[in-house]
Amino acid sequence: MLTTLGIAMREIAANWLRSLLTTLGIIIGVGAVIIVVSLGNGATQRVQNDLSELGNNLLALVPGDQNQGSANRLVEMFNMDDVEALRAEIPTIAMATGVLTQVATVVYGNENYYSSVRGTDNDYLTIRNLDVGLGRSFTESELRAGRAVCILGETPRRELFGVQNPVGAEIRISTNSGNNTCEVIGVLTERGADTFGNDQDDYMLAPLNFVQRRVAGNRDVTLIFLTATSEAEREKAIEDVTLLMRERRRVRDEDESDFFIQDLKQVQEQVAQVTGIMTLFVSAIAAISLIVGGIGVMNVMLVSVTERTREIGIRLAIGALERDVLTQFLVEAILLSVLGGIIGVAFGVGISYLAAGALDFPFVVSQSAVVIAVAFSGLIGIIFGFFPAWRAARLNPIDALRYE
Amino acid sequence: MTHKEPLIEFRDVVKAYGTGEAEVRALDGVDLKVRDGEFVAVMGSSGSGKSTTMNILGCLDVPTSGHYLFRGVDVGELDRNQRARLRRHYLGFVFQGFNLLKRTTALQNVALPLIYRKMPARERNRRAKAAPKAVGLADRMHHSSSELSGGQQQRVAIARAIASDPAILLADEPTGNLDSERSHDIMRLLRKLNEEDGITILLVTHEDDMAEYAKRQVMFRDGRIVSDTGVQLREAI
Repeated sequence: MLTTLGIAMREIAANWLRSLLTTLGIIIGVGAVIIVVSLGNGATQRVQNDLSELGNNLLALVPGDQNQGSANRLVEMFNMDDVEALRAEIPTIAMATGVLTQVATVVYGNENYYSSVRGTDNDYLTIRNLDVGLGRSFTESELRAGRAVCILGETPRRELFGVQNPVGAEIRISTNSGNNTCEVIGVLTERGADTFGNDQDDYMLAPLNFVQRRVAGNRDVTLIFLTATSEAEREKAIEDVTLLMRERRRVRDEDESDFFIQDLKQVQEQVAQVTGIMTLFVSAIAAISLIVGGIGVMNVMLVSVTERTREIGIRLAIGALERDVLTQFLVEAILLSVLGGIIGVAFGVGISYLAAGALDFPFVVSQSAVVIAVAFSGLIGIIFGFFPAWRAARLNPIDALRYE
Repeated sequence: MTHKEPLIEFRDVVKAYGTGEAEVRALDGVDLKVRDGEFVAVMGSSGSGKSTTMNILGCLDVPTSGHYLFRGVDVGELDRNQRARLRRHYLGFVFQGFNLLKRTTALQNVALPLIYRKMPARERNRRAKAAPKAVGLADRMHHSSSELSGGQQQRVAIARAIASDPAILLADEPTGNLDSERSHDIMRLLRKLNEEDGITILLVTHEDDMAEYAKRQVMFRDGRIVSDTGVQLREAI
């Protein structure tokens, strides 16, 4: 057996260029599967990481309908009473925080930067898993009184302050409602871009009361973040929140809700589904590539059998059984295919590594994909190597010895 | 090494190609016995049937009718794999075109039949190293066959044939591709193997001076044996 493997290895090495070209189909097929599976896993994991950063059991209550969102100006916004009602009346809700987002030009010294101001409270930090890396969070009295204080995200901090310490500095927030001076009390720890490349640090936080009265000039809450008491209660919480909000917003029974709940778990499932479909699709293409590769292997094995007719004759004459010759050529075909598979894996892993780096995905190699890919290429070798090997084994030794 | 039955026996062997009008009888009723220890030269011009005889003797082909008995076993009744096993264990081949494997060292060529006999590696190595000494070619065994001269290649082929200790060595025109001097070297080697090592040899040749090395000459013409010195000898006694 070892000798058979050695012979096969020598034959492949002796015609290495031909062998490499032959296995190209298998290399590409296996490589494609590895790349797609690796990147798919990477994307899924990336989304999972992002979502767990966003917070566990996080639900977002958004006004408007699911397709148009709050872009429609006629949509009725939430208000602080809604938030209080959710906190008070729904036992499956652990935390709720109202947010009012207002875009504004922020100025410090000669620098100005266009960003968004989110009016909220300290629960926002907990729910979204945010840390105040420098400085402090809001005090109760600042929140109650709606003081002009703010916590900067990393992006506006960098744009406005560069290398300076911003804590204690006064910045100017200017909107249609006028200009407000605001004291910087803290900076959020940097989060980086999300899966889709969005900057997650490009905003600043201020007390809701301040943003409502002074920055936006209304009493709206544009978004409510909620957390369920536990993973198990998530579904129940969604149900309860929907019922309560329909009632509060006087939605008639036969009408659609004029708000919706974004469940980040769903987003996660959608991403997994999309990558699943991608994987299936590319696997189908890869399967075709593998079959074409298999035909390549069969072709080169047939050529090899013809070229080595005399050798086969010699082997048969000096005592090789049909089985020995069959095994020899079959092992060669399998080895050729498996080598192609291994090169394909190496190629796929390499590309995945580079692509994961470029896309800022975690680099995940699926071991099962590697094992299946190599095993499958071996199977291709058996299927497409059998006919040439059988032809070799069935040669008539007299004719084979006479073959020039 | 005494067997009651001959090592090889042809009983009215016929080998026909084609059918009906187009039938050609390459062998037309051949009777032949070869005993252990003999050195037989099968002679004849091309088309006389000597190559067909060789193929049948080598279990590469079977008679159309008649019987070929090897140690009393009727080869005509064996299937392809059984005949391959018979070749593996009892026959050694030397061909006109040497027929060594390319890109393979002389030593590996010699070891090849032993591999097929599933011989343990140690025993195999010992034999594969001993056989070349018997043919006077111990120093070039690690060269690839294409690096050897014709005479050297034929010595490797003979080493390969005797390494497995066969019951009979079948040599099909072993000197056909060699010049006169090398031819005589090879024939002297075969005679030595027969006389000193007791190896039974059957040689096919069309050259009279090569056949002289054998102890017995069998002459073929048109598919029949026309003379056999072994039989004449026995009849004379």
